[in-house]
Amino acid sequence: MDIFAKVKEMIVEQLGVEEEEVKKETAFKDLNADSLDIVELVMAMEEEFDLEISDEQVEKIKTVGDVIQYLEANV
Amino acid sequence: MHERVSAGIIGTGSYLPDQVLNNYDLEKLVETSNQWICSRTGIQERRIADEDVSASDLAVRAAEAALEASGLSAGQLDLIIVATITPDMFFPSTACIVQDRIGAKNAVAFDISAACTGFVYGLTMAEQFVKLGTYRHILVIGVEVLSKFVDWSDRNTCILFGDGAGAAVLGPVTSQKGIQFSRLGSDGSGGDLLKIPAGGSKIPSSQYSLDNGLHFIKMSGKDIFKFAVKVMEHSTCDAMEACGLKVSDIDLLIPHQANLRIINSAAKRLKLPPEKVWVNIHRYGNISAASIPVALDEAVTLGKIREGSLVVLLGFGAGLTWGVNVIRW
Repeated sequence: MDIFAKVKEMIVEQLGVEEEEVKKETAFKDLNADSLDIVELVMAMEEEFDLEISDEQVEKIKTVGDVIQYLEANV
Repeated sequence: MHERVSAGIIGTGSYLPDQVLNNYDLEKLVETSNQWICSRTGIQERRIADEDVSASDLAVRAAEAALEASGLSAGQLDLIIVATITPDMFFPSTACIVQDRIGAKNAVAFDISAACTGFVYGLTMAEQFVKLGTYRHILVIGVEVLSKFVDWSDRNTCILFGDGAGAAVLGPVTSQKGIQFSRLGSDGSGGDLLKIPAGGSKIPSSQYSLDNGLHFIKMSGKDIFKFAVKVMEHSTCDAMEACGLKVSDIDLLIPHQANLRIINSAAKRLKLPPEKVWVNIHRYGNISAASIPVALDEAVTLGKIREGSLVVLLGFGAGLTWGVNVIRW
């Protein structure tokens, strides 16, 4: 499974941003995502990838790459 | 043989204090901004009760309005249930105070504690009594004066809450109408996510509890957000399935007004268009047990709910608690 492609699709859907804006080094704050957007995104990912992401982990998520790295290690 | 009856809502009423506290007022109290509050919560203003006003004062006004709408007199009430987490005092119950003040001499009266799900819990209890024939006319009130339990120096919580009261009078109606389905849920393992720690028997009032602000509302916002979105989606779907209906059959969903982002997120998951989801949080903030009955009264008054409408009330909150009522108007 191409995790990056899936995550990119989810970010585009959840945050209403353009696909080109979503790169691994992109910070969520540069996509104008606030803390509740991140919570919603995390919920969508938990459902998509059937896992639970702890609040502690969520706090560490700053960039799209952080999410990919976490999912690659845990899915 | 008794004819099978449902419990129907035969009158609604609400009362909100006049005093408005908007986000610009809050900017003067804590480090926050109108823009931040609007984007994170959808709240623009909330109502605040005067210093000498308590829960029963608001409850009585809402109760009188609901009684008038129902065409009943106070003496015809058999039961009064008040859902609140901000009662006048520990005892007597706020329901007994209301009973006396509206002159409902023939009514039994008690309070229930289920936080923001309180009204749905109360309605569901009332429904059973009406269906069984134990009591015929029941007044259910959701009332809160949260402003008196908010830490006005905590910018995470003080922006959220407001005061108000809503009420509904229930009575027997033909079985095709009224409450068609109710389901409640509780999960005490989430009790620490939202609470007022002190003032009870665990941490009685003391200099220590006062100095440490333990009489104020404490909340873990992110966890509550996740819980709320999930429970709104699942409870609605479960209820519709149990009724043999589809989510798209709903004419109006009235969710607890905790946060616009919760409502929007759940509505999107349920694929419900905005015109089918009642929102008034921008005007009142989160008024816990009062939120659903105030919204219900507005929707009825403004003609959004008509004869035959399929209305879903959905509560969720501290406890954790949640619940749903499906009503054919």
